Amino acid sequence: MSYLLQQVLNALQLGSIYALIALGYTMVYGILTMINFAHGDLFMVGAFLCFLSVLFLKLPFVATLVVSMLGTALLGVTIERFAYKPLRGAPRVSAIITALGVGLFLENFTLALSPYPKHIPSFIPNTIWTLGEISISLLQVVVIALSIVLMVILDLIVRRTLLGMAMRAISWDKTVAPLMGVPVDFVISATFAIGTSLGGVAGVLYGLCYPVIDPYMGIMVGWKAFISAVVGGIGNIRGAMIGGYILGAVEILVVAFLPSTYRDLVVFALLLVLLVFRPYGILGKATVQKV
Amino acid sequence: MAYPGKGLALLCRSLPKGWEPGRILLAAGFALSFIIPATDFIDQYVQLVLMYIGINIILSVSLNLVNGYMGEFSLGHAGFMAIGAYVASVISVRVFPAWAAVWLFPAAVVAGGAASALVGLLVAFPSFKTRGDYLAIVTLAFGMIVKSAIENIGALGGPRGFLGMDRLTNLPWVFFWTVLSVWFVRNLVYSRFGRGVLSIREDEIASELSGVDTRRVKMLAFVVSSFFAGVAGALFAHLLQFINPRVFDIIKSTDILIMVYLGGIGSLGGSIIGAVIYTVLLEVLRPLGVWRMVLMPLVLVLLMLYRPKGIMGLREFSWFVPRADLFSRGLRHSKKDLADGAP
Repeated sequence: MSYLLQQVLNALQLGSIYALIALGYTMVYGILTMINFAHGDLFMVGAFLCFLSVLFLKLPFVATLVVSMLGTALLGVTIERFAYKPLRGAPRVSAIITALGVGLFLENFTLALSPYPKHIPSFIPNTIWTLGEISISLLQVVVIALSIVLMVILDLIVRRTLLGMAMRAISWDKTVAPLMGVPVDFVISATFAIGTSLGGVAGVLYGLCYPVIDPYMGIMVGWKAFISAVVGGIGNIRGAMIGGYILGAVEILVVAFLPSTYRDLVVFALLLVLLVFRPYGILGKATVQKV
Repeated sequence: MAYPGKGLALLCRSLPKGWEPGRILLAAGFALSFIIPATDFIDQYVQLVLMYIGINIILSVSLNLVNGYMGEFSLGHAGFMAIGAYVASVISVRVFPAWAAVWLFPAAVVAGGAASALVGLLVAFPSFKTRGDYLAIVTLAFGMIVKSAIENIGALGGPRGFLGMDRLTNLPWVFFWTVLSVWFVRNLVYSRFGRGVLSIREDEIASELSGVDTRRVKMLAFVVSSFFAGVAGALFAHLLQFINPRVFDIIKSTDILIMVYLGGIGSLGGSIIGAVIYTVLLEVLRPLGVWRMVLMPLVLVLLMLYRPKGIMGLREFSWFVPRADLFSRGLRHSKKDLADGAP
């Protein structure tokens, strides 16, 4: 029983990171109906920014977070401005290919600058509390609490502020929203900034939990976060949060009871099964194609 | 109409019946593919690059059938390639006796292609219900599952990879399979069935209403596409003599996508040009080391921004297009065609 509870804690930790990244995918999809395949690599950039600011600037935790968030947000907005914006009217496939290209560029550029995996020095005190038979580390508390706080803030932004209303308006109807005075370009930039900065936070947290980082780390984690977004129903913000935790739980349970090499197999098979029975995810709505 | 190639065209027309320029080129190419390795008058390295070009042409032409002509978005082509590579390798190493492996090589390649085609049939089923982004996700997950499954099968060497194949892939075989794949896809695309494929790209619902059996068309397109991907994988495995699951990951799928979209979707000439340019460019830029891998995606992004239709952009080399089509598209008007009674 305590073994299972311990695994639940691990699942919450991993799920928080997946949920944070999945939010970036789902926000961009909701507003542009475009899969931003470069998002996983922005997460990687976030981890590398964390590495740089810890090693060279010797910043404390909160400042590191801010640096990573600002850096990835800036990068995300720049990518949107120069690579995605000109393609808004183009066929969807062009946008997907461009996103794949941007992702590859980020990976290989980082690889060219830093060919070897980097180790992030631990800068959170390694405190461990024991509750009965379960041990909780400070790191786990920070990861889970910070993620939940950020998700609550995001949910408030989307549901209670003017910016959030504008986002929902654009995702509801792209043609009418600008006619009602919604500044589309600004809202899309803001969406990218928020989504990628959450990815940056996830990068920092991932770097703290699993401190060896390399330029290709964003591929697998990114795809899995993307699967979380699909599982929850892509375009749906609360769905992405739920999906992230489901995926984290599945992965941890597979590793806990099966050989760890089966992890990816089970996760992707789960995705296929889900798409067959519930193609629009848990919270997603089926779209009807009009003729 | 005056154009630079007029003299050449006249020369071609004055050839005796049956001596079409295409056939002559084909025969010459096939002869060359035997002469080059026999005499080694071209560098071994260039021969290797030529074989890679051939394999990449097979891959991009086969992916173009699904992504370009049918308008679906498949992201798992490397998965089909992996199945072909592993099945063919296992057959030629474990099943065939060592002395016969050379003679039975075509059988191994066909077996690899067939296994891949069978799996392609499975992937076709989700495409009945979903398309667009969700089909892209399904194919992506398929590619990941193939890679992950191979990593977990100890008999195939797992993540360590599989080796023991002889270097059975040579220039004539690559040439033969490349020509076969282009010929097959070309004939498929311009057949009645091919019209169905194109109609799915333009409007799936309308094509279904006009009597196209979209399920059958999709199944066949996926089967043909994955068959040739499997063939390419088999050739690749017997050229490299070592395969490992990581070779066939998402980056490989992206490579093939880049070739297709670089050349231009829905164009066989585009796929060939894309494969040639991409392969040659990667080799030429080799001195740049890791920076060439930075440059290539940048080229792709710029291409999508400034010429999203690729180099050929839905156009086609006229020698791939049947004469009746050329006439109906108004690309060639001559009294001779009218006299021939072309529709």
